[in-house]
Amino acid sequence: MNRIYLDHAATSPVHPDVIAALTESYTTCFGNASSIHETGRSARKQLDQARERLAATIQAHPNEIILTSGGTEADNLAVLGAAYANRHLGTHIITTSIEHHAVLHAAMQLEKEGFEVTYLPVTEEGLITVETLKNALREDTILVSIMFGNNEVGTIQNIQELAGVVKDHQTVFHTDAVQAYGTLEINVNELGVDLLSTSAHKINGPKGIGFLYQRAGTKLRPLAHGGQQERKRRAGTEAIPLAVAFAKAADIKQQSLRKHHLTMLSLKQHFLDELTRLGVTFEENAKSAEQLPHICNLFFPQTDIETLLIQLDLAGIDASSGSACTAGAVDPSHVLVAMFGEQAPQLRSSVRFSFGYTTTKEQLTEAAEKIAGVLATPASIWK
Amino acid sequence: MIYLDNSATTKPDSSVLDSFVKVNESLWFNPASIHALGDQTNRLLESARGQIAELLKTQTKSVIFTSGGTEGTNFVVRQTAKARKSIGKHILISKVEHPAGIEVGKLMLDEGFEVDWLEVDSTGAIQLEDLKKKIRRTTTVVSIQHVNNEIGTIQPLQECLEIIRSNSRAIVHVDAVQSYGKLPVDFDSLPVDWLTLSGHKFHGIKGSGVVVCSKAIDLEALIVGGGQEFGLRSGTAPVAQAVALAKAMRLAHQDQQVTHDKLSLLQQRLLDFFSHHPLVTVLTPKNAAPHIVTVAVKGVTGEVLVNALEKHEIYVSTSSACSSKKKSTSHVLEAMNVPNELIDGVIRISMGKDTTEQDITTFLKTFDLILRQLERNLQ
Repeated sequence: MNRIYLDHAATSPVHPDVIAALTESYTTCFGNASSIHETGRSARKQLDQARERLAATIQAHPNEIILTSGGTEADNLAVLGAAYANRHLGTHIITTSIEHHAVLHAAMQLEKEGFEVTYLPVTEEGLITVETLKNALREDTILVSIMFGNNEVGTIQNIQELAGVVKDHQTVFHTDAVQAYGTLEINVNELGVDLLSTSAHKINGPKGIGFLYQRAGTKLRPLAHGGQQERKRRAGTEAIPLAVAFAKAADIKQQSLRKHHLTMLSLKQHFLDELTRLGVTFEENAKSAEQLPHICNLFFPQTDIETLLIQLDLAGIDASSGSACTAGAVDPSHVLVAMFGEQAPQLRSSVRFSFGYTTTKEQLTEAAEKIAGVLATPASIWK
Repeated sequence: MIYLDNSATTKPDSSVLDSFVKVNESLWFNPASIHALGDQTNRLLESARGQIAELLKTQTKSVIFTSGGTEGTNFVVRQTAKARKSIGKHILISKVEHPAGIEVGKLMLDEGFEVDWLEVDSTGAIQLEDLKKKIRRTTTVVSIQHVNNEIGTIQPLQECLEIIRSNSRAIVHVDAVQSYGKLPVDFDSLPVDWLTLSGHKFHGIKGSGVVVCSKAIDLEALIVGGGQEFGLRSGTAPVAQAVALAKAMRLAHQDQQVTHDKLSLLQQRLLDFFSHHPLVTVLTPKNAAPHIVTVAVKGVTGEVLVNALEKHEIYVSTSSACSSKKKSTSHVLEAMNVPNELIDGVIRISMGKDTTEQDITTFLKTFDLILRQLERNLQ
C-alpha cells in the first residue's frame, strides 16, 4: 500500500538536493569553524555563506541570524532570553493562547519565576485582534510573542499590524514563524519584528537546525554558555553541514515561493472539493481567516478523533490531531479550545491535514475517497 | 593532508555518514506522530537510545539526546543545581573545564549560587587536598572533566569520587567529550551520576550529543516545549542524528582498546622527540589520554607554528578550538601555572583513529624543518 503522507506540518521529507548539499558539505569540509587553520577557515566560509543566504530570505543582516538546534530552541531563546535580558525594565509578558508549546511552556516557566504573563484570547477563526493586544499592553511589558501562522489551524496573524501597536513601546516583539517561513514572503523590516524563529525540517530541510532572527540592538540572554560561537549568543560547535543544508532548503523554497503558495492553495481546494463531491459532512476550522495554504484543519461532526486517526492510519493516510509534539497523548488541542471553548464538539472531532511539495492531486483524490469510506462505516465505531 | 586537530573536531566516519543520510532519505518522519510512519521512526529513535544505554551500562530512559557537548554541560550542571536549590546552593567546578563548564559556573555565580573552583597541580590534575577542603555536606553538584581538551590530563576521578561521596550527596557530572573512544567510558568504569558526550569528537556528526545518567535524577528541562525526551529536552527529535550518534559510539567502543594502544605508541614517539628538543617544553603530563600532545616552543608563537605547518598541509591548533579565537590566554595553562613566556608558543597535536605512523613521521620532519628555518631567520 502506498501511504499518503498528509502531515507535512509535523515534519517534511528532506529534499534530495538538500541531502546532496548535506553530503557534499560533510565530505568537503568537516573542520571546526573556530579553528584558525585552513580546515577551520574553509568551514567558517561555508558557515558564513549559509548564514548570508538564510539572512537574505528574510531581508536581514547575517549578524542578525543565530543558528540553533531547531524551532523549539529558537522559541526558547527568544522568550526566555528576551525576558531575562529585559527584566530590569519590567516583568510583564504578552503571548497568546494558541502558541506552539515551545513558546507556551517557556512563558509558563517565566510565570513560575515571578514574571506575569497575559495569554491573549483569539476569535473563532483563531485571530488575535489589535484591540486585545492594545488592551493587554502595559508600561512594564517587556515581551510580546505572537505566532505568525498557526501550526494546527493555519490562521495567519497580521504581524505587521500587531508589531505596529508596540512600535513606540519598550517591549520586544517576537514571532514564531516556524510554519510561515518558506510559505509566506517574510521581510523583517516591513514586519517590524525584533525576533523571529524558524526551523529547517518544516521546509524540507534536516532536523536539528533552525535559526532565530535577532534585530540588531535587541537584547537576549543566551540559553547555552561556553565557547564564543554565534557572537556569544549560542555556544557550541556549529553544525555546519546542517546549516548548509538548511540554507539550501530555504533557497529552494524562496525561489518558488509564489508558485508553491499557489500549488498548495489549489491542492487544498481540490481536497475540499473532492470531500464535498463525495458527500462527506465536514466543516473547515478557521475557514474565513487568512490561512497558511498547506494546512487544512477539518471538523467531522459526530466522529471521535482517536478512532478516526486509527482508521485513517489503517487506510494508509498519515494525518494528525494537532501538533505532532503533543500527538503522543491525544489531549484536546489547546488551539481549538482557545477558538471554540472547552465544550465544543470540534475538540473531539477535528483532524489536521497538511500538504507539501510531494503531495499530488491524485493522492488527495484517493485520500478523500478513503476518508469518505472510513466515515461511511457504521456510526457505532465512533462510540 | 595530515589532520592533527582531532580534539577540535573529527572527520565523520563514512559508515556513520551513510546511516545519517539514509535516515534523512527514508525515515524522516516525526517520531512523535501517532501514525504508522511516526511510530516506525520512533522505534528507530528508541533503538538508538537502547544501544547507547547498553554501551554506557545504564537504562534506556536515562539517555537524553542533545544538540552537542555544550548543551549537555549547560543542561546537566545548571538544571541539576536549580532542581536541588532546596538542599543547597554550593557547587564545585574544576578550573580546567571546557569553556562550557567555566561559563556555566560564572553564570551561576551571577544567579546567586555559590561556586567554588577546584585547583589543579602543574600536570593539570585536580588537587585532591583542595577538593577535600572545598567539598561541603550541602554541595549539590560537582562537575569535572574526564580528559582535559587542551593538554590531555586524565583526571583522578576515582579518588575524587571517594572524597565527594564520603563528604556529600552531590551529583557528579563528568564531561567525557574528549575521552570517549580513547578510554573506557561507562558507568561501570566511571561510577559517576551524569556523563556528557558529543558526537563530532569521535567521528560522528556535529549537532549530535547525549547526556546520560546512572539512575533517575531530578532536574529541570533547559529547553521546554513539546515535552520530548521524557519532558527533559523539547524539540522534534533529530532521529538521523541519534542513529548516527549510536553508530559512531558503537564503532568507537569496538575499537577503543586498539585505538588507545595505537595512539599511545604514536604519542610516545612525539614525546620522545619533543622531550629531547632544546626549544620545546612538553606540557602534556605522563599518563595522559593517548591522543593529545601539547607543547610550548620557545621563541615563536603558536599561531606562527600553526600557519607554518599549514603550508605543508599539516593541521594542528594553538589550544582548544573553542578558545583559539579569543585573545586572552588559555585558562587551563593559567590554572596549571605555566610560565607566561611559554604560553605564547603553545601548540596542540591531537590524533584520531585514522592517524598513521607515516603522518607522525612527516609531522616530526616538518616540525624540525620549520624550527631550523625559524632559527636561521632569527640569527
